[in-house]
Amino acid sequence: MAKRVKDEMVHDHNNDGVDRRGFLKCMAWAGTGALCVMQGGVLKSYSLSRLADLGASAPAAGELSFVQISDSHMGFNKPANPDVAGTLKAAVDKINGLSVAPEFMLHTGDISHLSKPEEFDTVDQILKGAKPKNVFYVPGEHDVLNDDGKQFLERYGKGAKGAGWYSFDKKGTHFIGLVNVMNLKAGGLGTLGHEQLEWIEDDVKHLKSSTPIVVFAHIPLWSVYPEWGWGTDDSAQALAYLKKFGSVTVLNGHIHQTMQKVEGNVTFHTACSTAFPQPQPGKADSPGPMKVPAEQLRSVLGITDVNFVTGQHALAVVDSSLA
Amino acid sequence: MRRGVCSFVLMAIGIAAVACMEGGSRRSIASAGEPPASNAEVKIDNFSFGPPTVTVAAGTTVTWTNRDDIPHTVVSDDKAFKSKVMDTDEKFSFTFAKPGTYSYFCSVHPKMTGKVVVQ
Ligand SMILES: [Cu+2]
Repeated sequence: MAKRVKDEMVHDHNNDGVDRRGFLKCMAWAGTGALCVMQGGVLKSYSLSRLADLGASAPAAGELSFVQISDSHMGFNKPANPDVAGTLKAAVDKINGLSVAPEFMLHTGDISHLSKPEEFDTVDQILKGAKPKNVFYVPGEHDVLNDDGKQFLERYGKGAKGAGWYSFDKKGTHFIGLVNVMNLKAGGLGTLGHEQLEWIEDDVKHLKSSTPIVVFAHIPLWSVYPEWGWGTDDSAQALAYLKKFGSVTVLNGHIHQTMQKVEGNVTFHTACSTAFPQPQPGKADSPGPMKVPAEQLRSVLGITDVNFVTGQHALAVVDSSLA
Repeated sequence: MRRGVCSFVLMAIGIAAVACMEGGSRRSIASAGEPPASNAEVKIDNFSFGPPTVTVAAGTTVTWTNRDDIPHTVVSDDKAFKSKVMDTDEKFSFTFAKPGTYSYFCSVHPKMTGKVVVQ
């Protein structure tokens, strides 16, 4: 019989898999991103909108730091956020204000809202203003509308395999960018597909089990809320290939709110959007944009927003304290 | 100037004539025992198709309207029809000539599914 995997959910006071504290923080999320610091093979993730509050607890420089931004939805102009360019610029300002200079950025998809060339152009232009010059992208479903991702590949997928998946190494950490927004099937969730799964298996085969792994993809690779399509049908297969590694971090976007979860050797994080928030799973009629008062959109709530992951060997604890 | 007006009038007459002919042919089909061609509407609200199943007569044109703040598509499972992405308030229409059951979904949000039953 298969061993039951114990899921550990942090701040899950209602036993429904929802990190309410993370959600509240995300209400003040606009223009945010996450600073990720790799220290001793363990990744710590800090919300950019809270760094200023950290003071003495500010993140120490690890062997590697980078920034994750997500869901900029350039082109969106509805009341939930009529100025998505402005909030993306705010994220860039925060990145440029970091004392620990990140080496590069990850964008976990939904760069554009409608896959229009001018939307991608605008994001490229704004991100040119960021100090880290290297940006690694994976597509969201909004980036591959109408053309099966052809434009995305031309713009961001140079040297990538298949629909745009690839891997690279930075200072001993192995990064894997995955595509789970293509060829979606009626009634289904995100999909990696057979070809990509085979590639993953092959890609990590020769790595030492002590190599820290960071996987990034748009749709969560864990089952956040399948009723709203917040999950990936064949993610279990991908994660099975990563079982031998002591430290695996999975970074996703798509759900426009932060959540963390630890499952065995794997720590999952989702990032806020730089454009607009979405409701907690099941707490609205649909996962559509959530309208919050304009002043709240850019405001910073008076709570600390540090999510840090520590552990001896495997990643063990996700906490969200620090006053 | 005069010529412009003149050709406009001619064009209008032409359109009226075509409309007349269409009306006539429809009536004759209906009298032959078939239901008249008609239209049906499906609204997209809150990431769902409403109504999720529409039952129509062959020849009916179904029009989908996206009323969400998020773009959606309408794609039949067997690719018999496929819309471009529809932003807020955009529409897509398809005329169902043959009877059958057509399952469709939103290729952006595949949890969104619907059905057109053509009789
Ligand atoms: Cu949709």
